[in-house]
Amino acid sequence: MTEPTAPLTRLFRSWISSRVDSTALNWIDDRAAAVSRGDKKSLFIAFGLVPRKVGKTDLTLSEVDRNAAEAARPGWSPIGWSLDQLVRTYFVLSFPSTDIESYVRTLDLMFSTGEVGELVALYQALPLLPEPKAHVLRAAEGIRNNIKAVFSAVAQNNPFPSEQFSDDQWNQLILKCLFVGMSLRPVIGVDERANAKLMGMLVDFAHERRAAHRPIPAELWRCVGPFADDRAVEDLRIALTSGSTAEKQAAALALNVSPHPKAKGILAASPDLANAIAAGEISWRTVAAAEAAN
Amino acid sequence: MLYIDPHIHMVSRTTDDYEALASSGVKAIIEPAFWQGQPRTQIGSYHDYFASLVGWERFRAAQFGIRHYCTMGLNSKEANNEALAEQVMDLLPLFLTKEGVVAVGEIGYDDQTPIEDKFFRAQLELAKEVDLPVLIHTPHRNKKQGTYRSMDVIEEHGIPAHMVVIDHNNEETYREVLDRGYWCAFTIYPGTKMGNERMVDILKVAGAERVIVDSSADWGKSDVLAVPKTAKLAAERGVPREQIELVCYRNALKAYSQSGQFTEADWLNPPPIDQRNLFEGNSVLRGGQPPRIESANDANIIR
Repeated sequence: MTEPTAPLTRLFRSWISSRVDSTALNWIDDRAAAVSRGDKKSLFIAFGLVPRKVGKTDLTLSEVDRNAAEAARPGWSPIGWSLDQLVRTYFVLSFPSTDIESYVRTLDLMFSTGEVGELVALYQALPLLPEPKAHVLRAAEGIRNNIKAVFSAVAQNNPFPSEQFSDDQWNQLILKCLFVGMSLRPVIGVDERANAKLMGMLVDFAHERRAAHRPIPAELWRCVGPFADDRAVEDLRIALTSGSTAEKQAAALALNVSPHPKAKGILAASPDLANAIAAGEISWRTVAAAEAAN
Repeated sequence: MLYIDPHIHMVSRTTDDYEALASSGVKAIIEPAFWQGQPRTQIGSYHDYFASLVGWERFRAAQFGIRHYCTMGLNSKEANNEALAEQVMDLLPLFLTKEGVVAVGEIGYDDQTPIEDKFFRAQLELAKEVDLPVLIHTPHRNKKQGTYRSMDVIEEHGIPAHMVVIDHNNEETYREVLDRGYWCAFTIYPGTKMGNERMVDILKVAGAERVIVDSSADWGKSDVLAVPKTAKLAAERGVPREQIELVCYRNALKAYSQSGQFTEADWLNPPPIDQRNLFEGNSVLRGGQPPRIESANDANIIR
């Protein structure tokens, strides 16, 4: 029987074969064969040994590679991956998943014994695994992880959360990104998953920050605009008139997409910003850049 | 000068300690698995402890620009709980081949009971199987006999001396350890093990070949800056710079690099993926703070 991951494993095998020497490739093929027979011990050991066999260079992909990734798994691209990560994921995808409960138990053991690099590889493999629903709690656990690289592995450049998370799980992801000072730009699905509850949480967070005399992350307003209520619109007005460059731009962008009846009028009172949006000179990219420059 | 502290228990230490290590020039540390002051009673406690040594603690260190490694093993004191120890032996293979695990240790004797002996020998066999160096904890009580016995057993199991670091040596044990060809480590730990003035005296007699200095700083009254403080004192008292560099950096690098998991490039020129994952926010290094130990005073003496 063909594994549901077969198109991906074929793609991974072709990427690997053009990037490692024949000794490493022989080792990988031999171990993948054992792993595909369901040999857990082989999976655990091979998974751990990968960096010693293939090194840890960054994975560079051509346009052809990127298109092949999109074709094999729509919405996914291995941005920021390394070669060892590719091979580790290849082994995970080669393990039989027919009995999904047993598959998840095997993965649980790997997660619970993982070192930092292994955890990054495992969490970034989640969008590639069969039976997405079986991995939602694991992904939510990754959002609770305080190792920044591990949290980023779930939150950034990973389509799994926006596709599978409940609103409550999603809202924790967004709030934590802002809380730990990480940009929302690499997060997939930020605008699509905005919701009224998240808007309220973010405005509360902004008020906490203001009360503590701490800066408010400007990208916060991105998830506020589409659902802004009276209180949020007043905050946006303050940010627009007295914030930093990044905050002014962010408030303008948020007001521009807000359906609130006062939003357009407030934005019109700052014609420079309104015109800059119309001219395409302001975007969430320029907000992040202005904030990083601070 | 750059330093390595090849024996330090950071799970028991604070971020102030990490800051102090970083600002004193410590680039890499090795955290041996050990007991945590109170005996564990469940296998899950070991599982999570071992996982934290390759996960959370590695990240904590990375925040300060310090590269964190560890050794994995069942310590001799807790080996005396035989039923639990058997379960730990089953768990160890899952962790021994992890990246950044540079030795089996710290293992050896505490009370020198038959059960301790059994698990010491079993772990020596495990070390041979995974081809890792061994870190030996020598006992506090009946130390001289325990140290000699450790070496006898290692030789009985056919492990070459160059693959073994014998730690917690003192004036009474080091000659035999060096004569038999082992890496000879000294723990600068106030009150119980070795002071840095005594250490400097030993260096003047023994020289620097195969000698390693560490702190073993843990949950007891100990000093995370024992390595840089000893280096500074040694320099003040006329020990040549090359010798200081050997005992506070190069020898540990050479001994543990035999694992294939410990190389200078890891912290001097790390691959991009490690820069992303393991050197997060090391702003403390860019802050230009003066090294802690530069404030010359008596606090630099450890007795």
